[in-house]
This record gives sequence, structure tokens and C-alpha cells, in this order.
Amino acid sequence: MEMVLFSISSAVAIFATVMMLTQLNAVHGLLYLILSLLAVGVLFFLLGAHFAAVLEVIIYAGAIMVMFVFVIMMLNQGEKTTSQERAWLTPGIWIGPSILALILFAEVLVVIAGNDAGTGQLVNSKQVGIALYGPYLLAVELASMLLLAGLVGAYHLGKPLMAKRRVL
Amino acid sequence: MNAGLGGAADIIGILLSTIFVAAILIWVERRLLAVWQDRLGPNRVGPLGLLQVAADMIKMFFKEDWIPPFADKLVFVLAPTIVFITMLTGFAVIPFAPGVGIIDFNFGLLYFLALTSLAVYSVVLAGYASNNKYSLLGSLRAAAQTVSYEVFMGISIMGVVMLAGTFNLREIVEAQRDGWFILPQFAGFVVFMVAAIAESRRAPFDLPEAEQELIAGFHTEYSGMKFGMFFVGEYLGITLASAMIVTLFFGGWLGPWLPPLVWFCLKTAIGILFFILVRGSLPRPRYDQLMSFGWKVMLPAALLNLLVTGAVALYSV
Repeated sequence: MEMVLFSISSAVAIFATVMMLTQLNAVHGLLYLILSLLAVGVLFFLLGAHFAAVLEVIIYAGAIMVMFVFVIMMLNQGEKTTSQERAWLTPGIWIGPSILALILFAEVLVVIAGNDAGTGQLVNSKQVGIALYGPYLLAVELASMLLLAGLVGAYHLGKPLMAKRRVL
Repeated sequence: MNAGLGGAADIIGILLSTIFVAAILIWVERRLLAVWQDRLGPNRVGPLGLLQVAADMIKMFFKEDWIPPFADKLVFVLAPTIVFITMLTGFAVIPFAPGVGIIDFNFGLLYFLALTSLAVYSVVLAGYASNNKYSLLGSLRAAAQTVSYEVFMGISIMGVVMLAGTFNLREIVEAQRDGWFILPQFAGFVVFMVAAIAESRRAPFDLPEAEQELIAGFHTEYSGMKFGMFFVGEYLGITLASAMIVTLFFGGWLGPWLPPLVWFCLKTAIGILFFILVRGSLPRPRYDQLMSFGWKVMLPAALLNLLVTGAVALYSV
């Protein structure tokens, strides 16, 4: 049963990702990307990583992709970009990415053939927390510094606008 | 895992009763707003106007199902179903009573947050697909508002998680046997309530569809049953939000004398009435006021609550 569900959701993930790459309309491409992320969330769930599954949906599908859709909607480019995309997506352009993807695929095949992927272990939120604030504390601190830099940068960009508004 | 959960009776009963509640709320809200504004409200169809729901439904079903020629057709049709589906699946983790419910998921609270954040797509895609400037403005507002308020919606309930020590909603209810979390987590409750209103895009935070500025915002181009989906989806949203507030802060099914399920429904009903009262009594803020209120008042309040709760939890251990 679990194997069937796993195969179905991985097929959905792969199909959605391919569709995302080949779509000419940016918003349609994003919709396929969201579908692909949701399918990956289901995969995590089936492997027993419930916490990672829910976080995948909350953070990637629920927050980051909303921002993507938001920006693309705000630019609202319409027909012009579709024809531009069509001009860019010539058959020749697929050769390089396809070779890289094939290398990855071959690696995955080797890994699967090598050991029969021992999974099915349930991971709870406490274990994730202990791992994050134990051995991986440095990575957490580095990520938070990166986010702080982004925050300060955004504040700096927004500041002249606010000062001008106060004068008016 | 709880043995008595997820039976066919549970699933069908919960599905039918939530849809029934969402439908009857159309009438309840209009009558109650009328009472609070010193009017009568719909009182012509059936006893007390109760059949107004049926009349509205007949009207919606028989309206022409029109898709504007300039719309992005596939996304236009997809958008209203998203809010409906996400809100209905959200009810899967709600602990109605011991033995009544659909699943007992260890990350039930996070599951609820995930589904509310997915519900935004409904509004955002509706605005994009309509290809109309008012719709687009409405959905841009919706996207920014929901992403901002989601941040401290998540943070505000972490105090409850700390006190209960779990994300499992059933265990959170059991943890409130000695006292509801509304008392130790009052700040968290206020922040969560405000965020829940903003997430369900109801007045006073209904800027994505502010009639006076944007016609009807993101659903300007929608009519018939597709509009009905948004409409019922909103009521499902407030029902889900008040069920969640009851579970997290008001002790869920716990209460004396009455059976647990009755307590849960009673508390949820009071929550819904409070949502309607808020809509009837507060004016709508300006958009920039909404955003700065969110980031400058609510976020620090939620973080402070988290800090104090964490300190107390550490001290008492």
C-alpha cells in the first residue's frame, strides 16, 4: 500500500517538475512547482518524516511560493514574456541540463541498487530540535545571521521612501 | 493512534455538519448583524427567514456560470475550489470529542497552519486569473496580508505548545484539565485571534475585497456557484478558526455536566458569534496601517509572549 502511494506521489512530483520547466506562462509554471513541492511533502510523510513533511508545506508551498506568485503577479507581464519564453526554449537549450540531470539520475540508480534504502523510522519534533540546537548549532546561527543581513538590507532599501513620505 | 477515530460515521458526520454550519451561517450572520445594527435582516422566506439559505442557494445554482473571455480559464476555475478543499481538509485534525474525529496526527497543529497557508492561493490565483485591475490589487493585498499575519499566527501558538509539550491537538486538550490556556496564554490568544481574523480575510481585515475601494476585490469577476465557493469557504474558514481557538485556549471538549461533544460545539458557536460581532462593530483600517500594525505591534507582542512563556517553563522545570 505504502509502496503504491510512494510511486504515485513520486510520479506526480516528477511530472509536475517537468511541466514546470516546459511551461511558457510563468504563473502556470509556478503552479506546477507548488504541486511538485506538495508531492515531495507527501513523500516525506510516507517515509515517516512527518515534521519535515508539514514544514515543507508550510514554508515552501505556503510562504516562499506565495512570495514568488506575488512578485510575478505584480510584474504582470502577460503575452510579451510568453513569446519571449517561446523564443528561448529551443530544443538545443535542453542538451546541457539533460546531461546534468542524467548524471544525477544515474547516481540515484546506483544508490538505490547499492542498499535497499532502510527507512520507515519516525522522526519527532523533539529529535529535530535537539539535533538543531546540538550538533548543528553553528549552522542555525549562520542561517540566522544571513536572515538578519537580509532584514537589515530590506530596511535600508525601504528607508529613503519613508523619510520622503514624512516630508510630504 | 486512537482506535475510535476515522470511521465512516465520523467522516460523513463531520463533513455534513461542517457544510451545514457553513450554509446556515449565511443566515445567522445577516440576522445577527441586523440585530446589532438595529435592523430586521432577512425575515421573509420561511420561519424567521431561515429558508433564506435555500433561496440564496437556488439563486446561485441557476445563475449563468460565466467565465470572462479575457480570463486565464483553467486557473479561474481552479481558484475557488482551493479555499473550499483546504478548509474542509483542515477539519480532519480537529478533536471534536474523545473518540470523535478523523485522524489523530502528532503534528495536528502544524497541519492546521499548513492548510491555512495554502488557502491563500485561492485568493491570489483568483485575482491573477480574473485579469482585472481591481482583482489584481485585491489579491496582491491578500498575499501580503496573509503572509505577514501567518508569521505571528505561528509564533503566538508556540506558547501553548510549550505549556502542553506537544503539537498533538488531543494531547493539548488533555493538558488543559487543570486550567484552560486562555489564562496563562492571554497575550497569545489575543494575537492568534487577530491573526485568525486576518487569515480568514473578514472585516475589519477584509482589505482584499474592500467594496468601497476595489468593487469586490479578488472575486469581482466571479458569479454563480464559483462565487458561492468563496462565500462558503469563508464561513468554513471562521468555523475552523473558532474550533481551533476552542481547542487551543478554551479547553476543547472539557467541561462539567454536558457531554464533551456538546461542550465543543457550544464553545465553537460562541467563537463564531464573536467573529460576527467583531465584523459588526469595528471599522476597517487603511492598508498601510494594517501592515505596520502587524509587523510593529503584533510580531513583537508574539515574540515577547514566547520569551516569557519560555522563561517560565524553564524556571518551573
